[in-house]
Amino acid sequence: MTDITASSYVREDLVTERPAPVKTTGFIGLLRTRLLNSPTNILLTIVGALLLWFTIIPSVRFLIVDAVWSGQDRTACLAENAGFTVGACWPYIQAKLPQLIYGFYPEAERWRVNLALIVAAVLLLPLLIPRLPAKGLNAGLFFFAFPVVAFFLLRGGGIQGFGVSWTAGLLELFDDSIISAGQVLLSLSKTSAIAPLLWVVGNLVVLVGTAIHWLIFPLTWLRDQLQGMGQSVWVDFAITTAFVSLIVFVLGGGMRSGGRALASSIATFVAMAIVIKLMGLDHGGLPIVATNLWGGLLVTLVVSVTGIVTSLPIGIALALGRRASIPLIRIFSIAFIEFWRGVPLVTVLFFATYMLPLFLPGNFTVDGLVRALIGIALFTGAYQAENVRGGLAAIPRGQNEAAAALGLSWWKTTSLIVLPQALRHVIPNLVNSFISLFKDTSLVSIVALFDLLGSLRASFSDPKWSTPSTAFTGFAFAGIIYFIFCFGMSRYSLFVERRLNVHRRN
Amino acid sequence: MSTEARKPPLQIALKIRRLLGGKAGWNGVAVQFAFAAVLGWIAYEIISNARANLENQHIATGFGFLANNAGFDVNQTLISYTGSDTFLRVFVVGLLNTLVVSVVGIVFSTLIGFIVALCRLSPNWLLSRVGEIYVEIIRNLPLLFQILFWYLAVLAALPNPRQSISFLGIAFISNRGLVIPQPIGQAGLEPFLAALGLGIAAALALRIYARRALFQRGQMIRIWPYVLGLVIGLPLVTMVVSGLPFTVELPQLKGFNFAGGARIIPEFVALTLALSTYTAAFIAEIVRAGILSVHAGQMEAGASLGLSRGATLRLIVVPQAMRVIVPPLTNQYLNLTKNSSLAVAIGYPDLFSVWAGTSLSQTGQAIEIITTTMGVYLLISLITSAVMSVYSWRLSRSLGA
Repeated sequence: MTDITASSYVREDLVTERPAPVKTTGFIGLLRTRLLNSPTNILLTIVGALLLWFTIIPSVRFLIVDAVWSGQDRTACLAENAGFTVGACWPYIQAKLPQLIYGFYPEAERWRVNLALIVAAVLLLPLLIPRLPAKGLNAGLFFFAFPVVAFFLLRGGGIQGFGVSWTAGLLELFDDSIISAGQVLLSLSKTSAIAPLLWVVGNLVVLVGTAIHWLIFPLTWLRDQLQGMGQSVWVDFAITTAFVSLIVFVLGGGMRSGGRALASSIATFVAMAIVIKLMGLDHGGLPIVATNLWGGLLVTLVVSVTGIVTSLPIGIALALGRRASIPLIRIFSIAFIEFWRGVPLVTVLFFATYMLPLFLPGNFTVDGLVRALIGIALFTGAYQAENVRGGLAAIPRGQNEAAAALGLSWWKTTSLIVLPQALRHVIPNLVNSFISLFKDTSLVSIVALFDLLGSLRASFSDPKWSTPSTAFTGFAFAGIIYFIFCFGMSRYSLFVERRLNVHRRN
Repeated sequence: MSTEARKPPLQIALKIRRLLGGKAGWNGVAVQFAFAAVLGWIAYEIISNARANLENQHIATGFGFLANNAGFDVNQTLISYTGSDTFLRVFVVGLLNTLVVSVVGIVFSTLIGFIVALCRLSPNWLLSRVGEIYVEIIRNLPLLFQILFWYLAVLAALPNPRQSISFLGIAFISNRGLVIPQPIGQAGLEPFLAALGLGIAAALALRIYARRALFQRGQMIRIWPYVLGLVIGLPLVTMVVSGLPFTVELPQLKGFNFAGGARIIPEFVALTLALSTYTAAFIAEIVRAGILSVHAGQMEAGASLGLSRGATLRLIVVPQAMRVIVPPLTNQYLNLTKNSSLAVAIGYPDLFSVWAGTSLSQTGQAIEIITTTMGVYLLISLITSAVMSVYSWRLSRSLGA
């Protein structure tokens, strides 16, 4: 018994501890593995540290340590008065802040700008947070209702009529143009070599124009009757509501679908009526602020939001057109997209500013801001078309074929099956386009619109604030604003990308 | 007993329908007619309105103004130009200025972009953070903002020529621009250039021959001593025979300004700085993505074949990365060229600035001038995309083989 115990080995004390492995985490680990692990790396670390030292230290000194924080005019920011080398001249920004945000928007009306910005933020934030419900209603409010409300809020003014008057006016314009084209052809037919042909075509065009004239006669007659009444806007509104709701009711499946379409249509119109009443649009609305008084961050935001809202439909239409099998539409889309993508945005803005007015009827003037907006919408639309096309190409053929097997039409296949999937695929690309659009809005300052950068540049010439550090201070301020917006958008696009790709992670 | 499949019947009507209307058939044809009618109507409206407006505002039409005297000066010209030259010459001057700023910008942006990309890929933590900060800051600020920043803030804050900042005593930068040494051609220039061209051509031919020998017969030919001899030796011989090709004239401070040397206007300096640093941030991301797209296994496979690290990079990694890098890189070069039109904001006399800016305000002929300006940029981008599609066609052919 004792023999066995003696022969078996029983450890009586602990093995001596081995030294801990080299630490590879934390700050020490970082130093050891990625900063100072070899002579070359030590050298590179020194280079990097020097680079940071010579950029960050002077920036911090300029922005905070050496900055002047209060004062009435330029004298506060001069080195001989301050007693040290002056960095940023923040009183200059304080003095110019209203100009940098609102431009020359009248001081008494600035609450309208603030209100529009608050409404935009309230509508946009829930749209950006994926967990919140009612995305459809929210998107509808932001993309359709908000632009209209913001227009009347920012610019002011009221409405003369509603659906009936507008449709009648538009159709009348169209009809007049057709008839005048026919008459031009007829007058040409007196001198031209192919006179008989021109005469026939001209008469045909005039005939079509006259037919349209009689076709739209009830509408124009109704419009004229309405104009004679006192409460033209409200009567017009009621007629439009009844008419549109009826169409929606019939197209939405009548009573079979329980009248949901009708209810939502009427709800929409009631909401419109409330907005019209609240803003007093039926009797003149808010006082008009001409767009040449707008400026600063306001113009930057107006241009970028309008660009974002208008470029997406244009882009979707062009992308679908480019993939269509109908030759003329495909060729037109390709040419349109390649043209706008091939020219710089400045030329587009010049085109919109100097050439577009020549293309419109002489009595028809377009506001300078609207012209720039048209140019930007067309330009960005072409870029969005290419993004959307990438998404469309990523949808497998089987989706189309399955829809065809279910008997869906082209419109239903596209709007219910292909587009929702395609757009989801390309959200990050769309957001990247929005970032470059936001940056590109600064170009409107070249066509004499005072956006944030334009207002900044204009404020440099104020002799009251001309100091050596004025320009640097202004650029620092505007740069921080631009950076916050663009960096925020790019982080958001990364967030969405990661969220959409959850299923692909490993 | 024939087992061949029966030929499908010739359905001409069907084919025509497919050709004219696409998948939608005759409906498609009807849609096209309606679309063409709308386009025709818009075109008619545009033309008739434009004609009426031009008549009302008494604006001349046509390109007759090209032969008129321009009557304004341009502060940077590569070809001789005075105010009494024609508008056509203004156009050429502007075009050359655009090309020169684009080429210089492309060279610098590629250099900076590759350096930043290498920084970002560096195993050194600090250096990769520095690269990241650079890319994030530059990409999130508008280009026009950066151009104005360099021009209105940085260059304007520089001292006057007398106190200008000197780089090793050969180049000087002040608020009046950059002064650099200027090479002046001597008698030996022409033989020197001829010899250099000849040497390069011969070296290229030699390389083609060596590659063919390697791929067809598996024979390695050492060519670098000959290439060195051709490219450096040959021009040296001409220098010995016919004298120095050029001398360098250094700028000297005389009075309040510099004499000698080449003066580069501050607008050019600001524009080039902004364009190249801005585009470099995008190029850095492209290069980084391209290099990361090559699988790490490729490096290991190269090592297991016994290739050195340099040879693995040169023969295996870089060619594959280049396939990913080149198309977006070309796109960035194109963007840089188009962005050079922002010169109008600081008054650098590029095509857009002298043509759509000054000439437009002098003549008022908006339609002709804006159309030609757009046409030039469109032509540049169409040529580039044509070259790129040839490149990708060759690439897909070589990958398929």
